[in-house]
Amino acid sequence: MDATNAKGNIPMYDAPMRKAAVDVNENKISAKDVQVYYGETHAIKDVSVDILDKTVTAFIGPSGCGKSTFLRCLNRMNDTIDICRVEGLIALDGEDIYDKRVDPVQLRAKVGMVFQKPNPFPKSIYDNVAYGPRIHGLARNKAELDEIVERALRRGAIWNEVKDRLDSPGTGLSGGQQQRLCIARAVATEPEVLLMDEPCSALDPIATAQVEELIDELRENYSVVIVTHSMQQAARVSQKTAFFHLGNLVEYGETSQIFTNPVDPRTESYITGRIG
Amino acid sequence: MTDATFTGESPKRHGSLTASDVRTKRRNASEKRFRIYGLAAIGAGLFFLVVLLSAIISNGIGAFQQTFIQVPVYLDPATLDKNGNRDPADLAKVSTFGYTPLIQTGLYQLVRDAGIETDYEDAGDMKALISASAAAKVRDWTLAHPDRIGDTVEFEILASSRVDGYLKGRVTRESIAEDRNIDAGHLDLTDALRESGALHKSFNAEFIFGSDASESRAEQAGLGVSMLGSFFMMLVVLFLALPIGVAASIYLEEFASQNKFTDFIEVNISNLAAVPSIVFGILGLAAFIQFAHLPQSAPIVGGLVLTLMTLPTIIISTRASLKAVPPSIRDAALGVGASKMQAVFHHVLPLAMPGILTGTIIGLAQALGETAPLLLIGMVGYIATNYPDGLVSGFMSPNSAMPAQIYEWAKRADPAYYERAWGGIIILLVFLLIMNVIAIVLRRKFERRW
Repeated sequence: MDATNAKGNIPMYDAPMRKAAVDVNENKISAKDVQVYYGETHAIKDVSVDILDKTVTAFIGPSGCGKSTFLRCLNRMNDTIDICRVEGLIALDGEDIYDKRVDPVQLRAKVGMVFQKPNPFPKSIYDNVAYGPRIHGLARNKAELDEIVERALRRGAIWNEVKDRLDSPGTGLSGGQQQRLCIARAVATEPEVLLMDEPCSALDPIATAQVEELIDELRENYSVVIVTHSMQQAARVSQKTAFFHLGNLVEYGETSQIFTNPVDPRTESYITGRIG
Repeated sequence: MTDATFTGESPKRHGSLTASDVRTKRRNASEKRFRIYGLAAIGAGLFFLVVLLSAIISNGIGAFQQTFIQVPVYLDPATLDKNGNRDPADLAKVSTFGYTPLIQTGLYQLVRDAGIETDYEDAGDMKALISASAAAKVRDWTLAHPDRIGDTVEFEILASSRVDGYLKGRVTRESIAEDRNIDAGHLDLTDALRESGALHKSFNAEFIFGSDASESRAEQAGLGVSMLGSFFMMLVVLFLALPIGVAASIYLEEFASQNKFTDFIEVNISNLAAVPSIVFGILGLAAFIQFAHLPQSAPIVGGLVLTLMTLPTIIISTRASLKAVPPSIRDAALGVGASKMQAVFHHVLPLAMPGILTGTIIGLAQALGETAPLLLIGMVGYIATNYPDGLVSGFMSPNSAMPAQIYEWAKRADPAYYERAWGGIIILLVFLLIMNVIAIVLRRKFERRW
């Protein structure tokens, strides 16, 4: 919250959307009038949102509201779905990521992603983390790669647990460890934005707490976008919160404001547990 | 508001736990019945398997043993080398007809020396005991050892299929009543020779490694050359069907967009898997022999036809195993910025490997046992070939294949071939068993959990 507050209060969103008046330098991703269609289904309607650098932004909303779909638009993971069509403008540092000249592979190196279910490769812990740097050519030699792997595992807050067994399979770790390994894998390629799609939904409370703590630390270096079903989690880890409902972005603003003083009655109903 | 707080009287539904009610009894009984059906089905399957295996083994095991006669043959220089200079060109001029009397004389001498009483006056009367292949065997040996001409050399000569059948119980004194090839005197002689030790049954490697023989020399026929034919066909299938099939399925499964065209291709691949194999045979005849002018009866054509036949099997099983790789692995790879190709080749393919290999080996095993398409491209019939000279002739010169050879033997008139057909089945089954074991071992080796 500090990062945003220092620059002055950001006017809250209310439906219908208008562009946030934030400092341009702080804007990492800005989406404007984004529409997503799955075949005939209109999954995301007119979503405009600005995601700030060095901030944790939470997407909340009931199941099927489109928050994961929108998240996957931000690094073009939806490209893998044939029937999915994205319209509107999504810009990363002012560059349209859906431009024809943009290679999604390069984009995804900048915008890393952590998935709902921990999905380590069935390889060693070391190879899991080293895979990204290897294919992007980030290390010139083994020593450099070792260094990158160690740094990533440290950032993933899992180094101390696995440093003695880097050669054992990543799939042999516990669920929470696997998810932190996946986070380490995502940060190993030095992304600028980290997308997290319900990263704690498969974890127990202790592992969740560890991952949340980690997310808070990651904020120092990255812009983090997290989709979550848990409103408490959104309240704990994020500075900005966006509430999605039925494909619409209903409300976007400071997390404290969304949870204490929501503008839209739908937001209020959701956070008080009346809909969802 | 729910009705959970409703406090009206609810009927008492449950009796004592120790007494089972009617409904539970009925459910338990039906489960028990189902288990009995299952056991009965498995039992019937096992019974038929045992019957099949015991029939195959009891009928076919005899083919691995053959009757031989130890005949001392005097390699008479007067007939074999009239000029006396041991010139290989001159020696080669003497055909097998020159050797036949020498062998018959040798056998006559053997009978005389053993003191066996017989009504046969003439050496030629005993030729029913010896295989017609004997002369060729002695001639080949003599041409290789010209210095031994003039010596008496002991040869292990194949007995004729009638004599062999007599030892194996297939031919009896009753059954030869109408037989013009052999009479009761020959059987007496056989018994006497057996007692003297000159005639015996032993393991016949020629059956496994030898070549096919003409209709009248069942005792000489072997599966070896057609085994090589099968081997060269499998090489063609492996090196064409595996890469094409795997590449096609990777493309269809991972890269191709879902549209009417790919749906159409998909339906057609599934349909091809169900096309009778003889249809592939006639396609091969039209495409490879009549259009492309590849040689008839050649393993290369057989291999191409079997490739066409195996491709759908490989594609379907490969696609199934690619589909079984959890999508989260693809997401993970794409999420760290791997390209589609890298995601597939670094992560998806290794995980799908056990399934792909299993499918391929099962496809190969299917192709190995396939006979029908070979009928149409001329790989069935008596193909008088010996071992191919090299790789090229292995692919291009006429040959048969194991199942085609078995089929060919099974339809020949001589009952001795019937036994060889069963024996061939044993060898074919051993190969299929080996391939299945390889499939299991590879699957175990490559299997990784995630």
